[in-house]
Amino acid sequence: MTEGGTGVLRADAVRKSFGDHEVLKGVSLEIAEGEVVCLIGASGSGKSTLLRCLNLLEQVDDGDIWFDGREITDPRVDVDAVRRDIGIVFQAYNLFPHLSVEQNIVLGPVRSRGESRETARARAHTLLERIGLADRAGAYPDAMSGGQQQRVALVRAIAMQPRLLLLDEITSALDPMLVGEVLDVIRDLRTEGMTIVMATHEMTFAREVSDRIVFMADGRIEESGPPEQIFTAPRSPRTAEFLARHLP
Amino acid sequence: MTSPAGAGVSRRQLERDAYRRRRARSRAAVAVVSTLVVLGGLAVVVLQSPGWDRVRQTYFDVGDAKAVLPDVAEAFWLNIRLFLVAEVLILVVAITVAIIRVVPSPALAPVKLLAVVYTDVFRGTPTILVVFLIGFGVPALDLAGTPTSLFWLGVIALTLCYGAYVAEVLRAGILSVHPTQWASGRALGLSYAQTMRHIVLPQAVRRVTPPLLNDFVSLQKDTALLSIIGLVEALRVAQVDAGRTFAFTGYVVAACFFIVATIPLARLTDYLTVRSLRRENGI
Repeated sequence: MTEGGTGVLRADAVRKSFGDHEVLKGVSLEIAEGEVVCLIGASGSGKSTLLRCLNLLEQVDDGDIWFDGREITDPRVDVDAVRRDIGIVFQAYNLFPHLSVEQNIVLGPVRSRGESRETARARAHTLLERIGLADRAGAYPDAMSGGQQQRVALVRAIAMQPRLLLLDEITSALDPMLVGEVLDVIRDLRTEGMTIVMATHEMTFAREVSDRIVFMADGRIEESGPPEQIFTAPRSPRTAEFLARHLP
Repeated sequence: MTSPAGAGVSRRQLERDAYRRRRARSRAAVAVVSTLVVLGGLAVVVLQSPGWDRVRQTYFDVGDAKAVLPDVAEAFWLNIRLFLVAEVLILVVAITVAIIRVVPSPALAPVKLLAVVYTDVFRGTPTILVVFLIGFGVPALDLAGTPTSLFWLGVIALTLCYGAYVAEVLRAGILSVHPTQWASGRALGLSYAQTMRHIVLPQAVRRVTPPLLNDFVSLQKDTALLSIIGLVEALRVAQVDAGRTFAFTGYVVAACFFIVATIPLARLTDYLTVRSLRRENGI
């Protein structure tokens, strides 16, 4: 990293408003290589907006974001190139309904990375096999369950071989029976050393899987630390209050 | 509707199936009888009318029809060619104009303004006036390089008018694709143009296929308007025939050609719609 640290990504005093409403009020965050960070906090606390700013789907109003030693908030940066290396998966899956599962996965690597169709297809099949959906390669998204769609969306992001994966409440739209199969995929990714930032309401999972928990409230990072400390001995009273309401 | 036969079907279910079969039969019978009554009644009313003999001679004379058929058929080939060439050009114009209007680039402002003026003007002008203006106006300019063939002048006139309609249909389709689809495409590192080409436009075109077909059926018929600038197409031939026989059978024959030509297009769209529904929703 240019300005110290060995992180993959660093956000510095990031601000973002929608109209009169300031959603991020100066957020600073550093993510190390291979780290899994969970963003927790009430709805509207700024988790999703922060993730969308990190891969430049939203333009920040102030502050800097550094990725791989480059300031990506610089308007001269090639945003498409940055996004190739930062994958994101959304709450509502957002698969392309007119394309089959395989075409969904292959589109990015072929069109954006310029890979050959054979290479991309081979990787797609390896990944689909790993999530147990190899037989659905030719299926269309609307014919699949929510859990299956979300696993395909994860594979679509991973197929780009990103340096950093952002997950935006990817289990929130799923019924409890299907959450498990999606979380299994994330456990796998963690084992392989993928760097992940995920916004989530799954407290038990966050505690199990993350290296660090970041609690957000009102567009600020209220507290951040290792899961054991956050869940057993939160320093901020707001964190304690939030956890009291959200822990099973 | 009937349950799979064999062991394990309860008496109650057998009774339900029998009732459903009876009901389906009686409904079909009602439909057949009412159709026959309505159509038969209409036929009787028309055939019994005092002027039927004269109408039949004027519009449905078999001898006249046989005489004019080869000429109309040959002339209709021109309508088909006009239609096919115009359709391709219209799609090119329409996609270009629609995309120019939705691209959020301030640098394109003058071109966008031009696109708005184009759609406003050509959707607002009656097609027959545009045909007149292009068909007679452009050759009158006597400019080097401007087309003088009636065929191309006609194609240009139709393309200008229908390009504006189709552009607006496509634009509505593009705007109806949810913004999250854009976000997903861009998040994969696809450029704006790639996202438009591979993600948004295919979904947009699927959604607007029925109104698009409407416009193309309408275009097929409007090739007849080009008779006014002197193209000898099916309507023109029918007109000449009417002048010879003092009857309108020629027009009816031409009308039949237009009807028959639109049917394959309609069935093709039905087929494509059902196929994509099946595939994408697993129905």
